[in-house]
Amino acid sequence: MRITLEDVEYRYQANTPFEHLALYDVNLSIDSGSYTAIIGHTGSGKSTLLQHLNALLKPTKGRIIIGDRTIEAGRKEKQLRSIRQKVGIVFQFPEHQLFDETVEKDICFGPMNFGVSEADAKVLARKAIQHVGLAEDILEKSPFDLSGGQMRRVAIAGVLAMEPDVLVLDEPTAGLDPRGRKEIMDMFYDLHKKRGISTILVTHSMEDAAKYADEIVIMHQGSVFKKGSPQEIFSDPVQLLELGLDVPDTVRFQLKLQKELGIRFDKPCLNIDDLAIEIDKAMKRGNR
Amino acid sequence: MRKKLVSLENIKFKYEGQKNFALNDVSFDIYEGEWLAIVGHNGSGKSTLAKLLNGLQFAQTGTITVNDKVLTEETVWDVRRQIGMVFQNPDNQFVGTTVQDDVAFGLENVGVPQEVMVERVQNALSKVKMSKFLNQEPHHLSGGQKQRIAIAGVVALQPNIIILDEATSMLDPRGREEVLETVRELMQEKALTVISITHDLEEAAKADRIIVMNKGQLYREGTPRDIFKMEKELIELGLDIPFSIKLSKALQKNGVAIDYGHLTEEELVKDLCELHSKM
Amino acid sequence: MLDKMIFGRYVPANSVMHRMDPRAKLLLVFFFVCIVFLANNLVTYSLLGLVTLGIILLSKIKIRFLISGLKPVLLLIIFTFLVHILFTKEGKVLYQLGWLEIYEGGLRQGVFISLRFTFLILVTSLLTLTTTPISITDGMEELLNPLKKWKVPVHELALMMSIALRFIPTLMEETDKIMKAQIARGVDFSSGPIKNRIKAIVPLLVPLFVSAFKRAEELATAMEARGYQGGEGRTKYRQLHWGMIDSLCMVGLVILTGVLVLLRS
Repeated sequence: MRITLEDVEYRYQANTPFEHLALYDVNLSIDSGSYTAIIGHTGSGKSTLLQHLNALLKPTKGRIIIGDRTIEAGRKEKQLRSIRQKVGIVFQFPEHQLFDETVEKDICFGPMNFGVSEADAKVLARKAIQHVGLAEDILEKSPFDLSGGQMRRVAIAGVLAMEPDVLVLDEPTAGLDPRGRKEIMDMFYDLHKKRGISTILVTHSMEDAAKYADEIVIMHQGSVFKKGSPQEIFSDPVQLLELGLDVPDTVRFQLKLQKELGIRFDKPCLNIDDLAIEIDKAMKRGNR
Repeated sequence: MRKKLVSLENIKFKYEGQKNFALNDVSFDIYEGEWLAIVGHNGSGKSTLAKLLNGLQFAQTGTITVNDKVLTEETVWDVRRQIGMVFQNPDNQFVGTTVQDDVAFGLENVGVPQEVMVERVQNALSKVKMSKFLNQEPHHLSGGQKQRIAIAGVVALQPNIIILDEATSMLDPRGREEVLETVRELMQEKALTVISITHDLEEAAKADRIIVMNKGQLYREGTPRDIFKMEKELIELGLDIPFSIKLSKALQKNGVAIDYGHLTEEELVKDLCELHSKM
Repeated sequence: MLDKMIFGRYVPANSVMHRMDPRAKLLLVFFFVCIVFLANNLVTYSLLGLVTLGIILLSKIKIRFLISGLKPVLLLIIFTFLVHILFTKEGKVLYQLGWLEIYEGGLRQGVFISLRFTFLILVTSLLTLTTTPISITDGMEELLNPLKKWKVPVHELALMMSIALRFIPTLMEETDKIMKAQIARGVDFSSGPIKNRIKAIVPLLVPLFVSAFKRAEELATAMEARGYQGGEGRTKYRQLHWGMIDSLCMVGLVILTGVLVLLRS
């Protein structure tokens, strides 16, 4: 499912002394089956942007086309539920949304809101819990008796069970330890590859953006600053650093070597092995 | 020989209603003026340690000594004056309605006179570079800024020790750097001892010493150089190793003739420089 | 709707009203609320109207903003107005349509009561619009301090209040976040039969309570770690300053009271 934003603007608390322009002139198109990373620092508008992707917020100007639906500014929209089923959002610290007596009921909650029968929802819950790497016997437990990491996975399972076409992830690994972080990110990537789910990842981790995404969107001060493949985006690291954004460790290291050793690299390296090979090449080349 | 500031002896601790010990026979010392990183995956017992050090919980067996004073219910308030703590969630430790009120909160508690308070609040805020935010309300601050205010609140009380209890784990990279930079500067200036409980291995690499916790026990204790030698083990423990070590290993694999085990990127750059000039 | 609500909100500015001592403002508002009931004829109501207008001008709050903020209570004012018009049967009949009769007394009562209501709301709103909630708390704590003699836990109450104030924006944000997360999971908070809507509250309230308790617990730990042991031996960082303008306003209010007593019929 394709999502297109045209001239989107969003103002919080319009027409009050507290008015605040959060997004403007946003033009963006996210292809079906793609993996897009949205980066930018806190306050760049990325959280506001992501809430537009399933009509939790409606633009104060412009329009958003989600599959075959168009959300137009200033128009009353009905039946947004179908959009929300197709575009699932995993919010930051999703474990905060758990509420039901058992894990199973909590996971079934989403699908049943979208009209799935209880029996079918239970099947979905079973599948989802396997997907997030938890044992089935956890289904009978209360979500509040679980560890933080397990709660996170249950909350994610609750969104996966809705079987969305598009998955929006807002810092899904915040606060996890290194192993938990890697497992969760790999799981989402696996889903993206195997089921063709379009994935939109909002993240501060340039490593993750470079590793998983095919497209990176940089948000800056409420608008899209740049869009492109990781290679394109990180080919100009100085510009990113000037915006106060990070670059992947590998790219930052390349930059350091260029400055200290005066050697040149042909391309930005996005993983360590690649970087090691390029350093080797560049140093031998420098020798000649 | 450096002075022992804190020592833990055979600490055992179990939370009420839990089967397993959160801490099982843990002993170690903390020396004056060092930066000690305590690492471990979530649930390894490292945060429980922080609570015990500050007398927020008491161990079932074993003793904790802070500055030659055994930590008991009687001495706890004295000990707390020497140990400042910064917790994980920036919101849930911000007591005041504005920045200056929050920094003053600890001072009010110990009965510092008003004129002295005003001065100390100002000083503490300038140390964390937040002087301009005197009257700001917490919900207008970023996570990193709130944590710096928490640090100011600690500094204003002039403690000997600061405990960072996963204080950067909920922050974005910029906030994390701000906070660590602030603590590093303060440590230099005020000769503080820093105990940082973390799973950020890049941060731990810059510590003087690392303690690795696993399943409630002290798994290993040593300098970053020693600790990161057991890379596979660390990854099995749910942890990670710093970027520079990963890279120097990959370089070796590709036949670049350098040493292995660089703790910081600067070290690695330096070695590569040397190699480059020889070529 | 909630965005437009001005009741209990603070708008930062630099006006005389903003700079006044919260104790003075609290006392003034309290007495103003009492003397509003002294007015009972055109002259006294006009006088109160002028005074209210004067206060608004002093506060530097935009009148347009105030009026839009009054919208939520407008319905209430219209309702009281209609009740009086329809049910007070005094004086001449002004208008008659079938069973509907409007009396002169009814009209007068309706207008006066609505005006009184408007004055009260405007003045109390102005208090909160020009005083930070924490200053109000400080003012209250100071004013209530004498009650400590009778073992009223004034310090604890003030601390509770200031912590509550501190966490209101945090919890509002949290509510919004959880609500959005549940809407994204297909909950509909705003349409459908009442029964369903009530049921939809559960997935909002449970997480909110869980998180509020967690926050409270962590906050208590943090406060303890920062040496909080109750009000005893504690000093206060915030100091209040009673200025000339505060005394002047008090005098002004006394004069106003006198004038109202003289002019009322």
